[in-house]
Amino acid sequence: MRTLPIIIIALLCFVLAPSTAQAMHITEGILPPQWAGLWFALAIPFVALGLRDLKARSKQQPLFKPMVGLIGSAVFVISCMPIPVPTAGTCSHPCGTGLSAILIGGPLTALVSSIALLLQALFLSHGGLTTLGGNIMSMGVVGGFTGLAIFRLTRLCGMPVWGAAFLAGLLSDWATYLMTSFELASALHGKVAFLKMFAAIGISFIPTQLPLGIMEGIITAVVYQFIAERRPELLEGLGVPVKTGLVQAVEGEANV
Amino acid sequence: MKKAWTAFLILALVSVITFLIVRITPEWEGVDDTVVGKYAKEAGHPAKKAYIDTDRGDMLLFFFLIAGTAGGFVGGYYFRELFPPRQSDAKS
Repeated sequence: MRTLPIIIIALLCFVLAPSTAQAMHITEGILPPQWAGLWFALAIPFVALGLRDLKARSKQQPLFKPMVGLIGSAVFVISCMPIPVPTAGTCSHPCGTGLSAILIGGPLTALVSSIALLLQALFLSHGGLTTLGGNIMSMGVVGGFTGLAIFRLTRLCGMPVWGAAFLAGLLSDWATYLMTSFELASALHGKVAFLKMFAAIGISFIPTQLPLGIMEGIITAVVYQFIAERRPELLEGLGVPVKTGLVQAVEGEANV
Repeated sequence: MKKAWTAFLILALVSVITFLIVRITPEWEGVDDTVVGKYAKEAGHPAKKAYIDTDRGDMLLFFFLIAGTAGGFVGGYYFRELFPPRQSDAKS
């Protein structure tokens, strides 16, 4: 009986799986030199801040470097893993930067993303060396900081941590692709109106990124919940709020 | 025996789903090509070959395998450091 839901989901995928639609990485040579240079110039300060952050926080917290190593490898693997999306007939990848930003902070997310993107550009023909700055900006900077901001904002509003983590993962993914659309449209719109091209590219990403963003949100929430339950002291050491929604609710009732 | 049957059923189900998806759907291209590449081409800035072009024959497959293995090893190494087995897990 347990296999029944799986079969139903599989059949749904089969039925929905269809036509061609049209990853976030901008491939080698696509950005004109002046735009490639601009995105490099904008991305470098964030990477430098990440390096400074790594040195400073590693001295204070002994387990910080292993955490950065774990998150770095996760971002590397996640962001080069093409996932087939049956509803679109194409493949794309999540980014992992929302989760990264919650756990190790925005600047360090830019740093680990830059390393992951560099390795992918060098050895996996994924992304590009000239477009590295643009890709760092969209995935590491905009994706990471959006995730962090959403997480903190939703926590301030009293949302349970799993919900905040879900939204951080979801919106960091969508923000990454929105930024990619912005970079492409600003560099390539030519005689076409910028907004028209920006909207067209953004809309083209929707069939693939809508479900993938939701998946990334779920992964972020599950991983966060796992760490909060298994080693909450680790999160406290990182300066991240630990309590789950349930614990907060119980404590809230006790206080009343 | 029950575990073996469960494993067999899962394997069969995944195989059928993969078969169906692969058969009825198009090329499963990445959005790098279908969105980014498409608009870049239209704007007269098509993608160029990577400077280190590993997309030759099975070379890319090899590099992806190495990348997955290296990423998995590094991740697993740090995971063990951050989340050592619980005492109850270790005993069992």
